[in-house]
Amino acid sequence: MMGTVLTVDNINVYYGAIHAIKGISLDVNRGEIVTLIGANGAGKSTTLHTISGLLRSKTGNIEFLESSISHVPAHKIVAMGISHVPEGRRIFQGLTVEENLQMGAFVTKKDRIAHNLEYVYEQFPRLKERTSQIAGTLSGGEQQMLAMGRALMSDPELLMLDEPSMGLAPILVDQIFDIIVNLNKAGTTILLVEQNAQMALSVADRAYVIETGRITLSGTGEELAKSEAVKKAYLGG
Amino acid sequence: MTLLTNLISGLSLGSVYAIIALGYTMVYGISKMLNFAHGDVIMIGGYMSFIMTMYIGMNGWLAMLVAMVVCTLLGIMIERLAYRPLRGTGSLAVLITAIGVSYFLQNIALLIWGANPKMFTSLFKGMKPIHAAGGQLTITPESIFTILANVVIMILLTLFVSKTKAGKAMRAVSEDNGAAQLMGINVNQSISLTFAIGSGLAAVAGVLMLSTYPVLMPTTGAMPGIKAFTAAVFGGIGSIPGAMIGGLILGIIEIFSRAYISTELSDAIVFACLIIVLLVKPTGLLGKKISEKV
Repeated sequence: MMGTVLTVDNINVYYGAIHAIKGISLDVNRGEIVTLIGANGAGKSTTLHTISGLLRSKTGNIEFLESSISHVPAHKIVAMGISHVPEGRRIFQGLTVEENLQMGAFVTKKDRIAHNLEYVYEQFPRLKERTSQIAGTLSGGEQQMLAMGRALMSDPELLMLDEPSMGLAPILVDQIFDIIVNLNKAGTTILLVEQNAQMALSVADRAYVIETGRITLSGTGEELAKSEAVKKAYLGG
Repeated sequence: MTLLTNLISGLSLGSVYAIIALGYTMVYGISKMLNFAHGDVIMIGGYMSFIMTMYIGMNGWLAMLVAMVVCTLLGIMIERLAYRPLRGTGSLAVLITAIGVSYFLQNIALLIWGANPKMFTSLFKGMKPIHAAGGQLTITPESIFTILANVVIMILLTLFVSKTKAGKAMRAVSEDNGAAQLMGINVNQSISLTFAIGSGLAAVAGVLMLSTYPVLMPTTGAMPGIKAFTAAVFGGIGSIPGAMIGGLILGIIEIFSRAYISTELSDAIVFACLIIVLLVKPTGLLGKKISEKV
């Protein structure tokens, strides 16, 4: 079961003249929930975007399942087994729920699609009730579920979630985190970016703290939750 | 009866605008750019069809098919060579490039075929017009086929974008290019396909238009291009049914202004209507903004 799924080695990412990621390295092992926590603008989302190929690093290497993906175009990385639920969900508002899920299965083999759809509806029964509804009319929580369901349609080995709790009521946040833990138990490796550090650390096997484009701390979820520096900066105590 | 005759001419002209407007609206939808060279693709389609029938002696329908293939390839090439390298830069650079491509095509045509107008032979030559109401109402085969072609194209295109995988992918890319890539959709391919469809349809529109208005010269595509662009904005740019409705309304307004107000003023009236619609509804008739929910 164990073994490294993803290795990010010394990446540097720029937005024009702005040096957003300054030499970040991290790894994710099979079956883990790994979380990146940090303040707004620290570079968490940028890291995920670089892994999924929407942004490029000037240095270093990103390796997924023992092959380098640093230069693989974004639309091919999905087929290799990385699914990215972007910040703000970014579901296709004008498409129906089912069409959104079909888009999630764009690279999935035909004979797996029906099976995956069933799995997604099992995880998110709410979506099944709304298959033909236009996605833009869903509530925030449902949209988050749709974004996650859509990402699961491609049978990902690694699921990357960017701020899944953003803008949701506390009860929905709990629900989303329950689902994350369930997905992980079912075998999906998860890389989770969160501003809600407390929630993230409570479910994570390991965690990295990112500050202004650098990793400043790392350890198990438990260790970091107890660390004074983290408590002070991110846990409001 | 003249009212009905005018209405049919209006619908026919409007159908041509609608088919051209589809190219504008689909390209705008997917790559958020105004392809001002689209009108000139119509002209190239017209010349292709003209050459095939006049010099090679091809059947008109077959010639239209050749024109469609040529224009499809031309559309893909324009996107690949002129617009793709500029993707991600400012929209102003792309807009100016599109105007450049437009003049480039017009001047290439001028170089090859000269400035003298050519008389296009109607695709429906030999077919008899239909007379009704005791000879008071005449419907030309050009009108019937143009209106019919528009209806068929709309139905096929609507089915394509709502039912097929490639069509849904096009809608996904239109909405969110980045998220579409995260689904594994090849955005470049999707955009190429859009240009291909739009340009192929431009060839059809060109042949239909020239069958009714047979004067073919290098600037033939410019005015209908602008009008169809207006139709697309009128109906709500980015919307396929919007292009259809915008085109039809524009065609009817134009023909009615010509018939009842003034031939010289007809274009002014068309554009005045556009301005009024945009003042009242800035997104066009069917354009909509989906509000984002958190």
